[in-house]
Amino acid sequence: MRQVVIILGYLLIGEIVVHLTGLKMPSSIIGMILLTFSLEIGWIKLKWVAGLSHFLTKNMAFFFVPPGVAILLYLDLIQSNFWSIIIASTLGTIIVFACTGWTHQLFMRHKNSFKKNKNA
Amino acid sequence: MENILNSELFLLTLTFLAYFIAQNIQRKTKLIFLNPVLLAIIFIIGFLMLFEIDFNTYKEGSRMIEFLLKPAIVALGVPLYQQLGKIKKQAIPIIVSQLVGCIVGIVSVVLIAKALGAPKEIIFSIAPKSVTTPIAMEVSKTLGGIPPLTASVVILFGIIGSIFGYEIMKLTRIKSSISQGISMGTASHVLGASKSMEISGNFGALSSIGLIINGILTAILAPYIIQFLGIWITF
Repeated sequence: MRQVVIILGYLLIGEIVVHLTGLKMPSSIIGMILLTFSLEIGWIKLKWVAGLSHFLTKNMAFFFVPPGVAILLYLDLIQSNFWSIIIASTLGTIIVFACTGWTHQLFMRHKNSFKKNKNA
Repeated sequence: MENILNSELFLLTLTFLAYFIAQNIQRKTKLIFLNPVLLAIIFIIGFLMLFEIDFNTYKEGSRMIEFLLKPAIVALGVPLYQQLGKIKKQAIPIIVSQLVGCIVGIVSVVLIAKALGAPKEIIFSIAPKSVTTPIAMEVSKTLGGIPPLTASVVILFGIIGSIFGYEIMKLTRIKSSISQGISMGTASHVLGASKSMEISGNFGALSSIGLIINGILTAILAPYIIQFLGIWITF
């Protein structure tokens, strides 16, 4: 029960933060960040949430079956924009792979060469 | 009979059953295109059409499952906490590459879709397509997109990315295995991470860093990036 209270509690805190500050951010993300922070500083112990969080993250895919079914309502809209959706998403995916990989590789190399210089 | 078909209990059972069958089909065939979520969605749509069950009835009935998306995102805080050590060790490469991935991902999709003449609700729906579905749907809702459309695009391109991701990175000469693991999560979220998990647990962990950090950044930055692009483009 404690696990459920903690996870729902952090979600609720996220909702309250969004409500009070008017942030344009999903309340669940705020809840997640606060939970990570609380674990890090030791307010919350890992074993208090480990079981439920494992269950939720492992089965996350299942939870979006119902919202996926709602696609039924938008078939016309998708049909008339089919190619722009497919082309934009395909190119977008390739671009993200390339840019993220390049940037990470570049910065790691810098870091490593810096380390080598220091050792020499 | 009609009463039973329209009851909450029946619709919940239908959803669990569809996913259970879909999972087994994938386990047996091992075909990545037969993604259990995609299959379950197709089964349920087929069933609703066959028995003429109104979609809104289904929506009401399955609300309980959809609600769990939010606590599931909160629960991602636990793996994020477990990866904090790794993230701190190479904070700069990770943060910079995730920022680039997030911004480039949104901007490229928005500009290409706009150039191809897509209306704004379509553009906003596919803008967060690189991040994991529950986050992408929330972002889509915030922007004024259509969350169910976002979900389908996210799942479809997650599958495509998980199949071709390593090939794309070979072609673009991304050789560092750490960079590959992280990019897999950045571009193809949970589906990319599960592909990495098949290679090794370490790879899977790297991908989960990419998926969570890009998820957070996209949730925070997407509204501002769209606002910024709005200076030059009228959506």
